[in-house]
Formats: sequence, structure tokens, C-alpha cells
Amino acid sequence: MAARLLRLYIAGNSASSRRAQQNLERLRASLGTHGWDVDVIDVLERPDLAERARIIATPTLSHDDTARTRRIVGDLGDTARVLEFLGIDQRIRHER
Amino acid sequence: MSVEEADITGVLERVKTGVDAFDELVMGGLPRARSTVVGGTPGSGKTVFATQFLAHGITHFGENGVLVTFEEPPADIQANMSGFGWDLAKWKKEGRLAFVDASPPPNDELVIGDFDLAGLLSRIQHAAKSVSAQRVVLDSLTQLFDHFIGDPKTLRRELFHISTALKKSGLTVLMTAERNSEYGEITRHRLEEFVADNVVILRNVLYREKRRRTIEVLKMRGSHHVEGEAPFTLLGGRGVVAIPLSSLRLEQHSSTVRVTSGNPDIDEMCGGGLFRDSVTLVSGATGTGKTLLVTNFVAGGVAAGERVLMFGYEESRGQLFRNASGWGADFAGMEADGKLKVVSLYPEAQGLPDHLLTIQGMVDEFKPDRIALDSLSALERIAPETGFREFLISLTSFIKKREIAGLCTATSKSLIGGESASEQHISTMTDSIILLRYIQEQETMHRGLMVLKMRGSEHAKEIRRFSIDGSGMHLGAPFKEAPNVFRE
Repeated sequence: MAARLLRLYIAGNSASSRRAQQNLERLRASLGTHGWDVDVIDVLERPDLAERARIIATPTLSHDDTARTRRIVGDLGDTARVLEFLGIDQRIRHER
Repeated sequence: MSVEEADITGVLERVKTGVDAFDELVMGGLPRARSTVVGGTPGSGKTVFATQFLAHGITHFGENGVLVTFEEPPADIQANMSGFGWDLAKWKKEGRLAFVDASPPPNDELVIGDFDLAGLLSRIQHAAKSVSAQRVVLDSLTQLFDHFIGDPKTLRRELFHISTALKKSGLTVLMTAERNSEYGEITRHRLEEFVADNVVILRNVLYREKRRRTIEVLKMRGSHHVEGEAPFTLLGGRGVVAIPLSSLRLEQHSSTVRVTSGNPDIDEMCGGGLFRDSVTLVSGATGTGKTLLVTNFVAGGVAAGERVLMFGYEESRGQLFRNASGWGADFAGMEADGKLKVVSLYPEAQGLPDHLLTIQGMVDEFKPDRIALDSLSALERIAPETGFREFLISLTSFIKKREIAGLCTATSKSLIGGESASEQHISTMTDSIILLRYIQEQETMHRGLMVLKMRGSEHAKEIRRFSIDGSGMHLGAPFKEAPNVFRE
């Protein structure tokens, strides 16, 4: 299965952006083999990319692969809801 | 320069909005590098006002702008605003205007945990940099609260941050916000409390089956402003056009040049004629000869080589021309010579602010030496009392500023004596008042004329009899024992 591509839009070193990155890393680690690639974009450095994706809030996790773009705004603190939103099988989560 | 420093300097540089009368209310314009919230109910003209602010900067001052749209995509705004004569697409192409499309994308979205609006701020700053903008509009903030409905606290904090950051980079910020009602809380979510240095309210009130639009400056931090509501109208090709009111200073010159009223006897009673830059009110019950005096005023002006503009609100052009020819005045011939222009308008055709703009527009176009309005009472019936008073103030000061001789009529409601509301309003605003009254003497009804007031001049105090026949008005001897002409 091809790796999913997730884009995480952050704003420099802000607290919520740091937390979002940490939370996402923890999730990836816990899912082990289930591969996704995460492209981290700092809107302060790349406002043009933020413009193209019409980002308003940061951090925003965007999943553009599906027919319908899905986005999560916030620091991704609630792991269960993040997984549910991304459509990742709950069973995998239990394995960690 | 930080915002705090700007506070201390005292004198704030002004940024003109393109709504002249509004700029007068706020002492020349919005303070530069400050934020202003423009609040209003849906349909009150917020987007038009905000876009005009950008358009005026681009077209008049070479100040480029950024338009951040939260509700509609830029394409829709471009289409909606083209009717006001603003070619947003062209300006965008020329690099004078940048859009930030913050309208909700059709995504599934979920908010989990804490967030900020750094994405939005960075996009606005990027856009501002790309066109070297000096003005920014955010339209409207309320949509943002609907989007992030569960996090009003975060939004307040973030909007404060955005507003501060934009001001620090020298941008003059105008933000719109929705109101729930015309006279309730200032804006939904009380936005003005945390993001605005200045608060402006646009209203759109239904009164006696008429829409009345007004603009009010509620707060200007560190600066004076004129209080109260000023009427405005939305015009195709122009946008928001406000009517100047209390900002008008009494700075008109006072001319000593006399012009004829068109009737030598009345000129004599007035001490030699009317003043060139004065407004005269002719008041009388129906049938006392007001329209005849207007006709004399018009014909007298044309005979003296002046250009005359006449507005009729009670009769059609055909009727006015027929009346005039009955008294020996050839309006059609005068128009053909380019000396006269008669405009007949149905009062209900438009609101009072639009009537005022029509008059001003015609004056600018025709450049008359004198102007006649017959009658103010017809205009009074279409507007609330406050609206009528504002109209009169604006009209009389406009006429005087242009140094035009003005003559207006008002109809008394009762046949003998009495005052109409318009007389009460206008009597203090006009320079001269001529009363036409029915006066009973024993068993007979006579007509009487008196000059009640003549600012800056002596005038006859007696009440003169007069008669009207095919050749016009003829003044006779004064009444010896006249009854009280002001009697109700």
C-alpha cells in the first residue's frame, strides 16, 4: 500500500505547532509499519503555499489524497479523534 | 514605529476613505496605521464601504490594498462591486490590489485542540508585501466566528494579534462585522472591544415604508469626531455617498449683492431685492400664489441674464409651463435659449438623500445663478422628520456655498395662518421668509403678503394686500386692521 501523504501546516515555533508535530510523531511511531509521509510546511516561511492551500488556522493537518480534502485544525491532542478522522483502523491503534 | 508611540504623537495622519462627508465626520479620514471596525446588519453596505476605502486609495492616492474575503470568493466580490465602477480584476492584474481568499473551502474540517490564526496573518502579510499595500480590508470577521464556532476566545485573542501586527507594519486596517439589530449591541461577538481603535456603524432602518441609511461614528480612539447619524445612499458608479451635516461650518460668505425676486413691489419690500447667496422661503396655504411667485422668480432671473434651475415636485413640466404662460412667462422659450432648466420629479420616486444628490448633481451640471424648489412640503411627506431636517440643512448650506439665490415654497396646512412642520424647520435655516395668507376682513376674504424676515437687511413690516390676475401678482395697500396672521 502506498504511503499516505499528510501535510502539516505550522507557524514557526509556536506552542501549538510544536505540540502538533510531537503528537503526530507519536502517532506515526505507534502505528509502526503503517506508513504515511508527513510534509511539514511552515507558513511563516512559505506563505505562498499557505495561500495556495487557503490555510487560515495553524496548525492544520491536511489530507489531500482523497476525493474530498479532510483537515484537522489544532494541536492534535486527542489521538482517538485524529485517527477516526483520518479513517485509520481502530484495531491498529490497539496494537500499540 | 510602534502603536504606543503613535498614540503619543497626538496628530494622526489621515487616510481618506472616498466617502467625503464621512471623512469630514472623522476630521479628515481614518487615522493611518489604526484599525476600524465597521458594523452593520446584513445589507447595510459594509462591503461597499470597505471596498470603496480600497478603491479610493488605489485610484486617488496610489495606495495599494489587500482585500481579505471571509464570506464570498474574490470572483463574487469582483462581480458585485463592478456596478459601483470598481474594476477589482484590473487592479489585481496591475498589481495594485491583492486578494486573500479566506472564504470557507469545501473541506471536511475538524478542530482538535488549540490553534492560532498565523496562517491567515502570514497570508495577509504576504499579500500586502506583494503589492506594497497600505490599506487592508477584512470582510467580514463575523464569518470567522461562524467557522470556528466553538472557539470565540481563541478568535478574539488571534484577531487582536492580527490587528496589532498589521498596524505595526503601517497598514490602515478596516474590518467589517455583523450586527443583529440596528440599535442593539454594537457587533455580534463584541468584536469592537478587542480589535478596534475606531468603531463605525452603518444602519439601514425601515421607517414609514422607506429605507433610511445612515452612518455613525461611535468611537475614535485619541481623536475627535462628529456625533450623530449622517444619512447616506448607495449609488451605482459611485458607491457610498454620505450627506454632510453638522460637519458643515457656517463659513459661507455673505453677499451684499441684491437680485430681483421677479416682482418689483416685493423687491422694494425686501429693501431692494433678495441677496444673491440667500435662501428665501415662500409660505402660504394652497391657492395663495406661491407658484406664481416662483414663476416670477424664474422669469425675473432669466430677464436679468441669469441661469435658472427649477425643481417641481407637485406638478408636471406640462402643468408648470402652462401655469407660467398663463402669467406671461415663456418657460419653453427660456429653456430653448439655455437660460432655464425645469426638472419635474415625483417626490416618492426616490428617498430624500437621493433627491438632494439629484439637486446637487443638476446644480453642478447646469451651474445656475438661481434655483427654485416648489414645494418643500411635497418632499416633506416622504421622509421622517429627522430626515427632512437633515435634508433642509444640507440643501440650504449647499445653495449658499455655491452663492446661488434660492427660493423654496412651503404649503401651510390651514388656510388661514398656522404653521406647517416644514416652516418650523426651515424658518431658522432660511434667510428670508415671505408669508402669503388669506385674511378675512368683515365678510370678504383677501390675500395678504408680508416679509416676515430678511436677514441682514431692513424690510417692510406691513401686510400688503395683493391680487392675482392674468398678468401676475399686484400688490396693493397695506391692511389697516389686520387680524393675526399666525393664528391657528
